[in-house]
Amino acid sequence: MATATAEGVITRASAPNRIGRAVEHWALPAVTAVAMIYLLIPIVVMIIFSFNDYQGKFNFIWHGFTLYGWLHPLDWPGLPNSLTNSLLIAFVSTVVATVLGTLIGLSLTRYQFRARGAINGLIFLPMATPEIVLGSSLLTLFVSTALPPLNGIVPRGSLFPLGLTTILIAHVMFNISYVVVTVKARLAGFDRHLEEAAMDLGANEWTTFWRVTFPLIFPGVMAAALLAFSLSIDDFVITNFVSGTTNTFPIWVWGIIKNALPVQINVVGSIVFLSAVAFVALTTLRSGRAARIR
Amino acid sequence: MPGVDVRLVDVVKRFGETLAVDHVNLEVQDGEFFSLLGPSGCGKTTTLRMIGGFEEPTSGLIELQGQDVTWLPPYKRNVNTVFQNYALFPHLTVYENVAFGLKRRGGLKDGEIKSRVGEMLKLVELPGFDKRKPNQISGGQAQRVALARALINRPAVLLLDEPLGALDLKLRKQMQVELKRIQQEVGITFIYVTHDQEEAMTMSDRIAVMNRGSYEQLGDPESLYERPTTRFVAGFLGVSNLLPGTADGTAGAYAVIRLADNTRVRVPAALVNGNHNVEVGIRPEKIRLANPDSAASPETNQMRGVIKDASYIGVSTQYIVESRGGSQLTVYEQNVERATRAELWAPGEEVALSWTPEHTFVIKDTTPHDADN
Repeated sequence: MATATAEGVITRASAPNRIGRAVEHWALPAVTAVAMIYLLIPIVVMIIFSFNDYQGKFNFIWHGFTLYGWLHPLDWPGLPNSLTNSLLIAFVSTVVATVLGTLIGLSLTRYQFRARGAINGLIFLPMATPEIVLGSSLLTLFVSTALPPLNGIVPRGSLFPLGLTTILIAHVMFNISYVVVTVKARLAGFDRHLEEAAMDLGANEWTTFWRVTFPLIFPGVMAAALLAFSLSIDDFVITNFVSGTTNTFPIWVWGIIKNALPVQINVVGSIVFLSAVAFVALTTLRSGRAARIR
Repeated sequence: MPGVDVRLVDVVKRFGETLAVDHVNLEVQDGEFFSLLGPSGCGKTTTLRMIGGFEEPTSGLIELQGQDVTWLPPYKRNVNTVFQNYALFPHLTVYENVAFGLKRRGGLKDGEIKSRVGEMLKLVELPGFDKRKPNQISGGQAQRVALARALINRPAVLLLDEPLGALDLKLRKQMQVELKRIQQEVGITFIYVTHDQEEAMTMSDRIAVMNRGSYEQLGDPESLYERPTTRFVAGFLGVSNLLPGTADGTAGAYAVIRLADNTRVRVPAALVNGNHNVEVGIRPEKIRLANPDSAASPETNQMRGVIKDASYIGVSTQYIVESRGGSQLTVYEQNVERATRAELWAPGEEVALSWTPEHTFVIKDTTPHDADN
């Protein structure tokens, strides 16, 4: 009788078990695959059409394979200039925002001071505010520097007419929020005893920061910088308000597609995508090798 | 001649409203293994952190080898710390962790650093671990690395903040012996913080038993155990039977104390020191149990009681005996002569308890303490 009971238990338990195993085996990978395809199709189409030997002005219909686009990636009026601007703005705004954002993140997690709570909340605002609102209010601000009473304070020509400087200021502004949030997340699990240990072993505050604190939060700072770079190089809405006559790559694309859709857009897009993939692969490989050496 | 290595004068530390350390005065001798023992929240770790320079005292003075270090940052004190969770730098190898202090000092050649790190790793019995990262070694090994990393700087004083707390019992016992060996080998003053009385007793030359921000008694392990002066110390170090009573004359070198059940017991007169209300304390292993009809030695203190409970725990048997006055006493009897359970005292049996007056201690402070044990 004891055996019968035991068998009964086993049979009852094994039916849902088998279903569970089947789900694990097939359903989850299937859903994952569908999701991945959904994410990647636009990119695949972009890459395929970068090899299109298209006719007319618009690169919409497949006409045949060519390497022309890849051999002449910048061959379109205005493209080299806008791309240079985009890279320059992305680079500078990333560096500035990462430095400032890391320092803000550190002070917000480390120190008690007045208005700390308020700053903690305010730092989220640029992320929560619609870009269109940020862009238009920034435009108002920049234009008003050329009008009384602000024109008495702000040097003539520094913020108006609009240009690279105003785009940079705008990008640094929204990037700082993302950097602060990312760095703060990394600092949340930071063991302060490590810094005490460094000081205990004779390192002053400066050495402690560079030998212990920074190496340990570096992954967070790096992630923040990458995020800032991609946000900056991709931004259209805010940039459109504050760029004046200066073109960035997204602004240039927006302008050109009314008249033409050159294959170079696909080529540049593909290059950006492939660089990102290469970068991720490289870091994964490096950390993988580091793990193996350990 | 050994001098004073660490001196604390009237050190107070407040955290807002809380008084963490309350006017502590301490002198730790050169080369001593000194322990701060107490329950969590008694201020022992805060005291240690102030010596290390991680906290600034609210008031008071901290001296290190005669130099006032009260306001110096940790990196300007000739003190090193072994942290509770080791605080090994996770991004550095074992070698780099141990060499960290030497490299900060500067002026040392790579070769010298290398040989000293090697020496240190040998001392803590971890040779060949140089290239490992902290996440690739066990807790006991991490403990040794933390010790090596601190000792390599040849500090005047080594501070240890419950360094064995994260280890399992067996490893902890092993490390206690190891720590004591290393301390004797390097001859550096150790200040050791722990809540484990056995750990403190095993290793220390002297112990300060802390409670509520200051120490209640300071002394070597033996005097703390044999002659505790407060209820808290008596309860924190081992088990005690405390019997309230009043002074009732003297008998030679002894003072006579009348207990609640009118039994008169003798205690060394010096311990009573003119106090009227006292508590007489006896450790459970110092009490002998005998048949109430047998003749007792006149040199001993006597008491009658009834066995309430007997628990056989192998090496000894633990009895709860209720005295006539109603107080419950714990008695340990070694299982030497009574080998079988049938020979043990059974609950309900009447017994005579006896102990020599020299084995008693006296607690003058009879105010109730909620922090007992």
